[in-house]
Amino acid sequence: METKNIMIVGVGGQGTLLASKMLGRLLLSEGYDVKVSEVHGMSQRGGSVVTYVRYGDKVYSPLIDKGEADFILSFEQLEAARWLPYLKPDGQIILNDQQIDPMPVITGAMAYPEAVVDKIREAGAKADAVPALRLAEAAGSAKAVNIVLMGRLSRYFPEIPEEKWQAALTATVPEKFRVMNEKAFALGRGYEG
Amino acid sequence: MKQLMLGNAAVARGLYEAGCRFISSYPGTPSTEITEEAVKFDEIYCEWAPNEKVAVEAAFGASLGGVRSACAMKHVGLNVAADPVFTISYIGVKAGMVICVADDPGMHSSQNEQDSRHYARASKIPMLEPADSAECLAFAKLAFEISETFHTPVFLKLCTRVAHSQSAVETAPRVERETVPYVKDTHNVMTPANAIARHPVVEERTEKLVRYGCTAPVNRVEMASGETGVITASTSYQYVKEVFGDTVSVLKLGLTWPLPDGLILDFASKVKKLYVVEELDPFIEEHCKSLGLSVTGKELLPICGEFSQGLLREKFGLPGKPARAFPEPVPPRPPVLCSGCPHRGIFYVLQKLGVTVIGDIGCYTLGSAAPLSAMDINICMGASVSAEHGFNAALGKKSQNRTVSVIGDSTFVHSGMTSLADIAYNQSASTVLILDNSITGMTGHQQNPTTGLNIKGDPAGRIDLTALCRAMGIRRVTVVDPYDLAQCERVLQAELAADEPSVIIVRRPCVLLKQVKTAPPLTVDREKCVGCKACMKLGCPSISIKDGKAHVDATLCTGCGVCKALCRMDAFTGETMA
Repeated sequence: METKNIMIVGVGGQGTLLASKMLGRLLLSEGYDVKVSEVHGMSQRGGSVVTYVRYGDKVYSPLIDKGEADFILSFEQLEAARWLPYLKPDGQIILNDQQIDPMPVITGAMAYPEAVVDKIREAGAKADAVPALRLAEAAGSAKAVNIVLMGRLSRYFPEIPEEKWQAALTATVPEKFRVMNEKAFALGRGYEG
Repeated sequence: MKQLMLGNAAVARGLYEAGCRFISSYPGTPSTEITEEAVKFDEIYCEWAPNEKVAVEAAFGASLGGVRSACAMKHVGLNVAADPVFTISYIGVKAGMVICVADDPGMHSSQNEQDSRHYARASKIPMLEPADSAECLAFAKLAFEISETFHTPVFLKLCTRVAHSQSAVETAPRVERETVPYVKDTHNVMTPANAIARHPVVEERTEKLVRYGCTAPVNRVEMASGETGVITASTSYQYVKEVFGDTVSVLKLGLTWPLPDGLILDFASKVKKLYVVEELDPFIEEHCKSLGLSVTGKELLPICGEFSQGLLREKFGLPGKPARAFPEPVPPRPPVLCSGCPHRGIFYVLQKLGVTVIGDIGCYTLGSAAPLSAMDINICMGASVSAEHGFNAALGKKSQNRTVSVIGDSTFVHSGMTSLADIAYNQSASTVLILDNSITGMTGHQQNPTTGLNIKGDPAGRIDLTALCRAMGIRRVTVVDPYDLAQCERVLQAELAADEPSVIIVRRPCVLLKQVKTAPPLTVDREKCVGCKACMKLGCPSISIKDGKAHVDATLCTGCGVCKALCRMDAFTGETMA
């Protein structure tokens, strides 16, 4: 099988690393060779963050390059726009419709682009926009945005049964937050917008 | 059973399985998790050392004592540790010793892009370079074997993409090792006479390692076409395989110093066209050329920055992947000081007073970014204090009343203390600000000698910074709270004016620490706010302008109150942390 590529992008502190950990665990349990690449350190402080998840029969590079991503899972609108060049021509973007202003926008040096999702679609990309922050809050914690988006992503993998996703979730999140996260996963998976 | 493991965690696992019993390190991205993972194994004594030089010396002491030892650092940390490294190469080891060093091509979190392989050649210490997590684990174990077989410390060199990528590993049980009995030996005493005797031994060792590298499985030939051969190592190997698959022959080097001359010459003789694909400097390439080989390397591939499969496709003239772009400029999202960060208040005051700020390495380096823009110079760990001394000593009164250095608590202990000794001894009227946030912040909250806790979070010795500065002979030592802007300004002006050395300890724990109690988010009284944007000079991610007036993001605000303290209209309301 040709190597498949999933990018998880967002803002430092949004829980992208936990999402990639859960996804990597799931794909390994499905028998794939898996590589997950992340960058720690400086970029944690509210900066743009990206994690690469690759799986297939044999994965070499830990990176995903421009035009290679089958999926971009974006935790924030602007980050989906930033990483759009990495999407394959027929790739799928799944994004949280939340807007978080970066410092150049806060200081007024630049404007946050308007109608980001429409412009992504006009550029010819498939985009599935989900109110992940609202769904996470409904599940019990604004911090569960990552698990809401995992739930959403799971819809695009009909070949992997939901129980497998649940097992990876249970193995990844702390037990005391398990029930809340299961709810977040279900809300993301089931959302009809 | 296969499991996904971070490269750094796999190194820790390998050290554990090899029976390592002592690890001393200083945190530094991308190496930090090696020690943070190792400390989870009770069989290994782990510690944070004050700096990398101390870590290497402590690990070497443990090796001489007879137990397998290791240390871990980032590439620039190896500069700090270089002094003992060059001499322990001569002494050799008793039990095995591994020096883990992580380079950062692309400078994701570093101030330079140095290539640590030069240290292996210069110090005549062998270097292993894994290309994924499975090799991280295997090479950590192999490093101990090489160390003990050849009586040498061994470098285990990672890069960001190996250290911070997860891939599949299979674990094995730990093998405990007997302590090697200590025997008094003149080899351990590096006087000139003894060192003169050791140097030829080191040269012979290198020759033996060259021969070892020609047959050892750590260097691997993957023969395919006789047309094209590629010599590569580390993560570059992965990009070569990604792009070329089995269409080219590959010599994959795991031992990148010393290089296996015989194996390289043999491989070169079997291919018509030979390339070297390596990140950063032409290290392997120049060695190949010294062997008389015709190779293509840096004339095709860049010295600066990271590689990727896309870069190789482009440089080798292969078709790229079609990509689409967002139709308008996307504002960058640089890292920023967090909401409630205690560094923000002091940088605001420094910017307001218009002083020259010589900065250092840590979260507070972010004070250099707009809109605070409160940093003029930034070099390396500890350099703020010594550079300030030189700046002031050279310029005298023109500078000393309007220049400060800023350095974090951990960085101060790392290498700022000796710089302060220069100020105390040679008496420049310099003002040093120790930004004490009670943790090593940027690398992800490690304890240090000023926090009173050890690497496990258990009670430990604690350096009292005030007493330390006084003991060094600094008479003017003041402690301020960075949330109290008026106090900061008053004390800064007094200490800048003083005609003698002074230290201001700017103390407030990192707002992300669990024990720090934040206050409810502040709100803006839109009647009182006149939209003057004075608060926007803080660069606080919680504050923005909505419809001409200040607005506080309730999900981010920690109630630090710095905005409230500076607002002349008293527009911010709510209880604050201060």
